[in-house]
Amino acid sequence: MKKYVALTFVVMLAAGTAVAETAEQKGLRIATQADVRDSGWGDSTAGMVMTLRNRSGKTSSRIIRTKTLEGRGDGDKALSLFDTPADVKGTAMLTFSHGLKPDDQWLYLPALKRVKRISSKNKSGPFMGSEFAFEDLGSQEIEKYTYKYLGEESCGKGWKCHKIERIPAYKYSGYTRQTVWIDTKELRPVKVEFFDRKRRKLKTLTWKGYREYIGRYWRADEMFMQNHQTGKSTRLQWKNYKFKTGLSSRDFNKNSLARQR
Amino acid sequence: MKKIIFTVILLSTLLSHVSAAEWSGNVAVELRGFLSQGAWPGQGDGGISVSAQPEFRHQWDGGNFGVTFIPFARLDSMDDERSHADIREFDFLWVTGDWEFRAGISKVFWGVTETQHLVDIINQTDVLEDIDQEEKLGQPMLRVTRTIGNGGIDLFLLPWFRERAFPGIEGRFRPPLVIDKDLSSYESDDEEHHLDWSIRWNQSVANLDFALSWFQGTSREPLLLQAGEALAPFYVQLKQAGVELQYTGEAWLWKLEAVHRETTAENYNAFVGGFEYTFVGINESAADLGVLLEYNYDSRDHLALTVFENDLFAGTRLALNDPQSTELLAGVMYDLDFNSKSFRLEASRRLGESYKLGIEAHIFWDVDPQDPMYVFRKDDYIQITLARYF
Repeated sequence: MKKYVALTFVVMLAAGTAVAETAEQKGLRIATQADVRDSGWGDSTAGMVMTLRNRSGKTSSRIIRTKTLEGRGDGDKALSLFDTPADVKGTAMLTFSHGLKPDDQWLYLPALKRVKRISSKNKSGPFMGSEFAFEDLGSQEIEKYTYKYLGEESCGKGWKCHKIERIPAYKYSGYTRQTVWIDTKELRPVKVEFFDRKRRKLKTLTWKGYREYIGRYWRADEMFMQNHQTGKSTRLQWKNYKFKTGLSSRDFNKNSLARQR
Repeated sequence: MKKIIFTVILLSTLLSHVSAAEWSGNVAVELRGFLSQGAWPGQGDGGISVSAQPEFRHQWDGGNFGVTFIPFARLDSMDDERSHADIREFDFLWVTGDWEFRAGISKVFWGVTETQHLVDIINQTDVLEDIDQEEKLGQPMLRVTRTIGNGGIDLFLLPWFRERAFPGIEGRFRPPLVIDKDLSSYESDDEEHHLDWSIRWNQSVANLDFALSWFQGTSREPLLLQAGEALAPFYVQLKQAGVELQYTGEAWLWKLEAVHRETTAENYNAFVGGFEYTFVGINESAADLGVLLEYNYDSRDHLALTVFENDLFAGTRLALNDPQSTELLAGVMYDLDFNSKSFRLEASRRLGESYKLGIEAHIFWDVDPQDPMYVFRKDDYIQITLARYF
């Protein structure tokens, strides 16, 4: 439903572009277009290697598999399955995201066989000790931010990008604002700069190696997060992206976390 | 022994036929030191212990079929009885649509609270491993699950009862007389073959996660009867109705577990409830600090075999959220009737990619002679565990 409203909104805005558009309206319009451009994929699965690097260059890695179900009228449902480090093997995290409302989250701890509902207040906290916060990896719903168009810039490889400022509208974000570069052709995120609560530049996230799947959906092979304040970084390398695999809400049940492999 | 040989043959046959076989698990060394001499003659002062838990899992047909095999064994230098082995899990899974069927030896966990696991009744507690009630023996079962929305209904048929194992003469956490498992007796004429059954419905609605359960069968916790120089476990028949409830707010978790239990001897109620409040990102760091408060009640009052008859637990949980997943949980249990206190600490940290260091301590003080915990008053200990995961 939300998608239809958004689409109608885009059509209305497109019809009204003769009237001068404010920077805020233009920012929202591009964010909405990007969201529409990347909708309809249904469900997807992928594998990820997360490499953490500290300031002295020491690395450690985690292997995680993800299953995602696109939300219709609500946010996406996501399942993360941890393969390494070995002591957390079998741990599963189930997330139901909902725009501005806090996400619902359950954690399955295999040693105890315990399913724990956890608070999702900890949006700014690190995911698995990495430089990615929970909020960086969550489903990016349009209503999670307010937008402001800053201009057009070249953003590498001969690409042109929309530069947009976005301010988190949800509670407990660790950021005062983000600057996002989205390529003008396919509306893919290319770079995000994150500014902390003291308005200092905290991190930069860059996407590399975009590939097109099932003729429409672009996913990057690599996401790289650099923390400018600590010198630490985290690299996510994505593998085996599959779309429309036939997942349904049945596969995103807190009761079934124990048997997920 | 025959069972073990059969298991090994079956497993090796299975292994030679599957391709995507998956082994994982851990081996661990544990050092335990008791701070005082035991209250009862013969008790040791600590020692070294090694354990192994290999885990085999295989799934096929897109996860619609699966086999799990998890044996466990421990060798303990102090207490012969604590040297023990068990098949934690050995089950077969079949999933079809909204239905899941499991047959074999399996393990389940019910509950939401931290101080005790009151509602959790399917598996026998392995008290030799730890006194925290979190280690369980494998339970033979047939389990049928029907998932409904983000929840479901589970039906359990439990054809074989697992007796609780107790520390030997050298062991700690025991009463003055040793509990002799060989003297076990049952209220039911079917003894350990009594067919126990259970049903549980759990659901998640907005910020609320709840479960209702019913159990009918052999009590997992025996009464202890004096039999000469030893204590003999006596297992009564039990009916238990259970409730689990958790409200998840932004920083608050409100939790409740309650049971009503009926046996031929008595009917009683017990509950544990409280909250956990989390301060996120303390001191502008990545660390989270939680504050926990839970109250434990048992209507059996001072006759209770439980140490949780009118007790308050106050504790704290620290998660550094660092790459090594450093965590600490510590707290004090305070008995409001007897003013007895016990302190517990659990901390862990990953070393490198595949080792984990754990520290555990339990200290008792001001324990009143009338408190059921009195028999443990000299069993303060500190334990260090190093586990290698593979």
